[in-house]
Amino acid sequence: MAKARKIVKSVTIVADKCNGCRACEVICSAFHAAPRYSSNNPARSRIRIVREPLRDIYLPVYAGEYTQSECTGRDKYIIDGKEYSECDFCRASCPSRDLFKEPDSGLPLKCDMCEDTPPLAKPKCVEWCLNDALIYEEREEEVDVEEVRLGDVEIGIESLIDKYGLQQVLDTVARRVKP
Amino acid sequence: MRYGETGFDLEIDLSRGGIDRVASDPELTRLFLGGLGTNAKILWDRVPPETEPFSEDNLLIFGTGLLCGTPAPGCNRTVVSTISPQTRLMAYSMMGGFWAPELKYAGFDRVIIRGRSPELVYLWIHNDKVEIRDASHLRGLGAIESAERLRKELKEPNAQVASIGMAGENRVFYASIEQGRSSASRGGIGAVMGDKGLKAIVVRGTRDLNVARPAEFLDLCDGVLKYIKHREENPIQGVPPILAGLGSPQEMRIVDEQWHTTSFMWGNSRTRRKDFWTHEIEEKWRETQENVRTRLISCYNCPMKCGATISVPGLPTYMMKCYSKLTYTMAAFSDLDFGFRIAQRATEYGVDGFSAPQVMAFALELLEAGILTDEDFPGMPPDVEGRFFWLLDRIVRREGIGDALADGTYWAARRIGKGAEAYDHNTIKKHEQLPLKLGMLNPVYYLMYSTGEKINITQIEGQFPQEPFATREAREEFVKDWIQVPDDKFKKYYVDWEPRGEMSNPYYPTVEASCDIVDWMEKMHYVDDALGMCAGLSSFPLKPPYHIHNYPDFISAATGMDFDKDALWQSATRTRTLIRAFNVRRGMRRSDDRPPDDHWKKRFPDLEAQLLDGYYKLKGFNRDGIPTLESLHALGLDDVAEDLEQRGIYRHGQS
Repeated sequence: MAKARKIVKSVTIVADKCNGCRACEVICSAFHAAPRYSSNNPARSRIRIVREPLRDIYLPVYAGEYTQSECTGRDKYIIDGKEYSECDFCRASCPSRDLFKEPDSGLPLKCDMCEDTPPLAKPKCVEWCLNDALIYEEREEEVDVEEVRLGDVEIGIESLIDKYGLQQVLDTVARRVKP
Repeated sequence: MRYGETGFDLEIDLSRGGIDRVASDPELTRLFLGGLGTNAKILWDRVPPETEPFSEDNLLIFGTGLLCGTPAPGCNRTVVSTISPQTRLMAYSMMGGFWAPELKYAGFDRVIIRGRSPELVYLWIHNDKVEIRDASHLRGLGAIESAERLRKELKEPNAQVASIGMAGENRVFYASIEQGRSSASRGGIGAVMGDKGLKAIVVRGTRDLNVARPAEFLDLCDGVLKYIKHREENPIQGVPPILAGLGSPQEMRIVDEQWHTTSFMWGNSRTRRKDFWTHEIEEKWRETQENVRTRLISCYNCPMKCGATISVPGLPTYMMKCYSKLTYTMAAFSDLDFGFRIAQRATEYGVDGFSAPQVMAFALELLEAGILTDEDFPGMPPDVEGRFFWLLDRIVRREGIGDALADGTYWAARRIGKGAEAYDHNTIKKHEQLPLKLGMLNPVYYLMYSTGEKINITQIEGQFPQEPFATREAREEFVKDWIQVPDDKFKKYYVDWEPRGEMSNPYYPTVEASCDIVDWMEKMHYVDDALGMCAGLSSFPLKPPYHIHNYPDFISAATGMDFDKDALWQSATRTRTLIRAFNVRRGMRRSDDRPPDDHWKKRFPDLEAQLLDGYYKLKGFNRDGIPTLESLHALGLDDVAEDLEQRGIYRHGQS
C-alpha cells in the first residue's frame, strides 16, 4: 500500500490541571466570530468544560462530528469515585443535548484547531490556558494511503465474498434485484 | 449598537411583579463607566436620603463591570449596591465567580430591584425570557443547596445562581449573597435581598457580546496574559509568600500562615500570638488543608487559582476563597480543621466571613465579663468550637441572644448595654474590620481606614508596599521595573521610606506623599470596580498586569469611546466624589472618618488631623469631609451640588 507523510494535530487534555475558568470557551468563541474577535459567546464555543464544581468534575471536551441520532444505551463511568456519563466525554453534536450547536440556528459546531492563514503556532484555547490543562502536539506520521476508502456497505459485501465466494454473492444480488 | 456593554438594564419591581427591559443612556457609560460607578449614579438619582435599608424604596442593584464578559482576563465582578442595614450608608460589596459575564450574555448590564415581594421568590433570567417564580420550597435552605436545587429544577446545569441562605432571609445585618465559589458579603446586602423576599437570581445567557476594535482588544488581552505568566514565574522577593504573587492572597494554595497568625489578632481582635507559628503547627495545618482541598479553582476567564473546592469528611462540599479559612479559626482560638468545618455551615447560611466570627467572639467576651450571663446562652456547649456553632445557629435564626448579635457588634453592643459598648472596639462606621492592632501609626493606612468609603481595608489598599524594604538598595531594585506607577514621584516616595529613623512612620511618608499614595491606591480600586476587574489582577497586589497606563486602551478598544489616562482618572474621581456626597447626604461627616481608637498603640492627634485635612483638600472636600461645590461642578455633578446646597448641608462659608 502507498505511504504518505501527514501532520497529525492533537491536544492532550490534562483534566486534573483544569481550574474551571473557561478562558478556552471565551477565546474559542471570539476567534470564530466574524469579523474575528469582534464578539464572544461561550455558548458558541467549540470547546466546552463539562463542569460540576461540587462533584469536582472538570472536563474540557472538543466539538467533533455531527450525528443525526443519539446513542441508544448510555453507559456510566466511575473514575476516582466520580460518576461520569458517557456523554461527558463525547465530542458529538447530538440531538440529545445543547452542546456544540449554534445557540440561534442549532447548526452543529466542530473544532477546526483554529485553522488560519498564516497558521497559528497552536490553537487559541491552548494558548489561553495558562494552567497547562491543554497541551498541543503536532507530529508527522507516515500513513497508509488507501486507494479506495471502503464504505460500510462495501465492507459488508467484502465479508460476504470472503465467506461465500464472488459468484454466489453476484447470483444472490441478481436474484434480489427486482426488474 | 453598543460595544463592551449590552446597553440594557433589567428593572424588577417585586411589589407589583413588574419586569422591564430598559435601554440605558450611553452618556452614563462615558461619565461612570459601569459597575460601581453606574450603580452609584442610579442610587443617587433614585434613593433619597430618608430611605430605610429595609423598605420597598431601597434599591438592590446587581451591576456588571463595563468589561465583564469581554475576553479581558479576570474581568468577572458583580457589584451589588444598596443601603446597608449595618452602616446605613451605601454598601457596595462585590463578588467574582461567573454571574456577571452570564448576565451580559443574557443581554443585560445590570438588574435593578425595587419593592418587596410578599412571598419568597426567585428571579429566572434566560436571555429575553425573565420570570419571577415562587421560591417557598427553598425557604430555610442553604445558599449553595438552593443554587444546586434551582439548576436541577430548571434543567440548566450551566445557569449561574446568586442566592441567600437563612441569614439573608432573616435579615442578619451581615448576611451575604453567595454564588458558588464567590460571595458579596460586606455591608449586609444579603439582608436587603432577604427583606425584598428574593431568594435567588438565576441567569443563563447565550448571546454574543461585542467589542468595538477586536484586533486591538485581543492584542491587549494577550499582553496581559503574557505579563501574568511573567509575574507568576518571578514572584516579588522579600515579602511574605502570601503577598509575592498575583490574585487574592493565595490562602488556598499556601499553607505558610506565619504572617497572618502572628501579626493579626485572635479572639475579638484582642490577642496577638507572636509565637504561634511553629513547625509542628505548620505540619498539622498542611495535613488539614491538603486533606480537605480537592482542587484549586478560579473565577471566570482567569488563570489564577485563588479558590478551592473543600470537602471535609462528613460535610457537604463547598467552595472557599482567600482569608475565611482563618477568620473563624482565629476568632475562636481554634485550629484550621475547625475553620474549614464551620465555614461550610457559614457559607450555606450566607454570612460575612469577617463579621460573623468577630460577633461571636464578642459575645463570648461579654459572657466572660459578666455583661451577658449563662441565662443568655441556654444549652450552649462548653467547648469553644461547639459554642461557635451554637451561636452561628442562633444568629442566623435570630433566636434568643442571636437576635441582638444578628445586628453586628456595634448595634448589638447598644442593644445589650451594661457597658457592652466598650467591647465593640474594632468597627469603623459600625462595620467589623480585619482584626489588626498595631504599634506605630502608619499615615497611609490611617487615611485609608478613616476615609475609605468601602469601609474594608482590603478593598482600599494595594499596589504600594505595606512596609519599606530594609535597605535602600533593595528599594531601588524594587522600583526598577515598577511600570504601574502613575507618576515617577511614587518611586521616590518608596525609595526614601525607611523602616526606622526620621524617614519612617509616622512622619514619613509625609502628609502630601501619604495623600498621593492613598489617592492612587483607592482610585485604582474605583476603576476596577467600574470595569468589573478583580482587584487580584489590578489594584491589590504589587506590580499587577492591569494599571492606569493600559486601562485606557482596554476601555477604548472595547467600547469605541476614546478614553485616556486623564479621562479615566476623572471618571474614578467622579464616582468617588458621588459616593461621598451620597453618604454625606445620609449624615456622614468628618467625625465618622476614624479608625478604631486602639488600632495603633501610638497615636498622633495633630498629625492625624493634618493628614485628614490634606486628604480632604486633595479630594476636593471641605474640612468637614463634604465635597465642595467647586469640585462637584468641575466633575459635572451639578445636580449633586444643587441638592446638597438645597438641603442646607453646607454650613455658612463652608461650601
